[in-house]
Amino acid sequence: MAMLEVKNLGISFGGLKAVNNFGISIEKGSLYGLIGPNGAGKTTVFNMLTGVYKPDEGLIFLDGKNITGKKTVDINKAGIARTFQNIRLFKDMSVLDNVKVGLHNHHKYSTIEGILRLPRYFRVEKEMNERAMELLHVFGLENVRDFKASNLPYGEQRKLEIARALATEPKLLLLDEPAAGMNPNETGELMEMIRFVRKEFDMTILLIEHDMKLVSGICEELTVLNFGQVLAAGKTSEVLNDPKVITAYLGE
Amino acid sequence: MKTKKISKFAQTNLITYGIAAAAFIVVEIMLLTGSMSSLMEGLLVPLCTYAILAVSLNLTVGILGELSLGHAGFMCVGAFSSAFFSVCVGDAFGSDLFRFVIAILIGAVTAGIFGLIIGIPVLRLRGDYLAIVTLAFGEIIKNVINALYVGRDSKGFHISLSPLTLEPDGKMIINGAQGLSGTPNDSTFIIGFILLLMTLFIVLNLIHSRTGRAVMAIRDNRIAAESVGVNITKYKLLAFSVSAALAGIAGVLYAHNLSTLTALPRNFGYNMSITILVFVVLGGIGNIWGSMIAAVILTLLPEMLRGLNDYRMLIYAIVLIVLMLFNWSPGARTFRARLKEKVGRHKQTEEVK
Repeated sequence: MAMLEVKNLGISFGGLKAVNNFGISIEKGSLYGLIGPNGAGKTTVFNMLTGVYKPDEGLIFLDGKNITGKKTVDINKAGIARTFQNIRLFKDMSVLDNVKVGLHNHHKYSTIEGILRLPRYFRVEKEMNERAMELLHVFGLENVRDFKASNLPYGEQRKLEIARALATEPKLLLLDEPAAGMNPNETGELMEMIRFVRKEFDMTILLIEHDMKLVSGICEELTVLNFGQVLAAGKTSEVLNDPKVITAYLGE
Repeated sequence: MKTKKISKFAQTNLITYGIAAAAFIVVEIMLLTGSMSSLMEGLLVPLCTYAILAVSLNLTVGILGELSLGHAGFMCVGAFSSAFFSVCVGDAFGSDLFRFVIAILIGAVTAGIFGLIIGIPVLRLRGDYLAIVTLAFGEIIKNVINALYVGRDSKGFHISLSPLTLEPDGKMIINGAQGLSGTPNDSTFIIGFILLLMTLFIVLNLIHSRTGRAVMAIRDNRIAAESVGVNITKYKLLAFSVSAALAGIAGVLYAHNLSTLTALPRNFGYNMSITILVFVVLGGIGNIWGSMIAAVILTLLPEMLRGLNDYRMLIYAIVLIVLMLFNWSPGARTFRARLKEKVGRHKQTEEVK
C-alpha cells in the first residue's frame, strides 16, 4: 500500500478548473517531486492534501485511510505536515517555542495544569524541551534557540519550518519550494539536509520545486503538472527527457 | 543551556511580581506612617481594579492578538452579578470575607460565561470588524442592565425590563437606571492586591505554557498554527473567556468599593473600554508589567494634577504622547534594542569565561 494515494482530484475556483483529474501514488520512504510551470496548480494540490481547500472531487488516502475533505488540524493529526512557499513561522515567538508548538499534540497537559504549575507541567515541559532541542540540533539551530524566529536569516527560517513540521511526527512531509530564494551553496546544503531527514526520520517526502538541479539531484520520481493536469509521471530521468515536458516546462 | 532559558522566563516574571510587591510595600508603609492623603487612599482599590483590567485585556490584545473594545462590558457583568449576589445574601453567611470570596467567584464565572457566549460568534471576525462588534456588545450589556429591574418579595424574584410593582414586603434589588444600591464595601486594598497577584499568576503562567504557545501561534500565523494541529477555535475562545473572567474579577472589586452601582457610560461604557485599551497600548502590547504600570500612572496622574486645574488635561496628553513615543517610535525602539543587546552580549561573554 502506498503512503499517499490520490485519485481523480479536482477543484474549481469560480469557472476556472485549477486542478483536474490529478492522481499520484507515493510509496513509503520515497522522495517524490511535483514540478510544473507557475500557475500549474502545484500549491493548490498541496492545499487540498492538507485540507486548506476542500476538493470538489476525488479521493485522498494516507496510509490506507481516507482523509478527503477533513479539516487541516485533523489531517495534521492523521500524519501530513507541510512547509509553506512564503515562510509562515510564528515570527514573534522564539525558535524553541516554534518547535514546541509543533509538539502540541504529542506532549499534552491541560490548561489548568499549566496555570497551577502542577507536576505534570514540569515533566511534560521537560520532555518537550528535550525533544525540541533534538530537532533543533538536527538542523543546526540549537545555538539560536532563544532568537525570535523573524530574526533568523532566510535559510535558517526555512530549516526551522521543516523542524516545526517534523515536530508533529508526520508520516508524510510536504515541502513547498524549499529552495526558493536560496543561492547554489545553500541549495546544495538543503539537498543534503532533505536526504538526511528522509534517512534519519524514515520520512516520505513530497516536494514542489523549480530548481532543476535539486529536483534531478534528489527526487526519485516526478509528476509534472501543467494547467492543472498531469502531463507526465514516473522515474525522474524518464520524465525529464519526455518531449512533452521539455516543450511545456523545461524548454529546448 | 536549559537553566538559562528557564531563568529567562523567571526573570521577566520576577520583574512583574517584583514591581507589584514593591508598590504594595510602599503603599503599606505610607498607610502605616499616615503620610497618604485620603484622596490617595480612596484611589487604592480603583488602582488595583484598573491594573487587573489592563492585564486581562492584554491577554486578548497582546497574546491572542485580537482588538477587543468591549472589555468594560465584561467588567460590568462581573460587577452586577457579584453585587446582586452580595445584596441578596446580606449577612446570612456571617463572614464578610467568605461572602466576598463567593462573590468574586460568581463575578468571574458569570463574566467568563458571557465571554464564551459572545466569543463564539465574535471570534469568527478579524481585526476592525471584531473591534466594532465587541464595542457593540459592550454597549448592549450596559444598556440592558440600565433597563433591568429585579426585585424580591414574598413570592420570590421578579425580573423585568420595565418598572416592577412588588408586594408591600418587597424590595428592589436592581432598579433600572438607578442601579443597585446597598452593596457591602468589602473591597480593601489588600484583597485588591491579592486579586491583582492572582491575575498576574494566571496570565503569566498561561502565557508560558502549552496553551499560551498555542494562542500566540494563532496570533502570529493562523494558517501555520492549523497546519501543525492547533485547534484555532478552542484556543481563541479559551483565551477570550479567561480574559473576560479576569475583567469580571475587576468588576467585583469595583462594585464592592461603592455602595451604589449604576451602569453609566463613564464606568462601563466604551469610554472605559478605550481607557483600558490605552493602558495596554501604552504599556506595550503583550507586555504584562508594562500595562500594569501604565494603568497605575494613567489613573494616578489626573488625580495628582488636580492642583493644576486647567492645565491638567494638557499635561495628561503630553504624558500620553511621551509614553507612546518611548514605546513605539522607531528611534526609541532601536535604542532599547541596542540597550538589550549590550546587556545580552555582556552576559554572553561572562558565560564564555
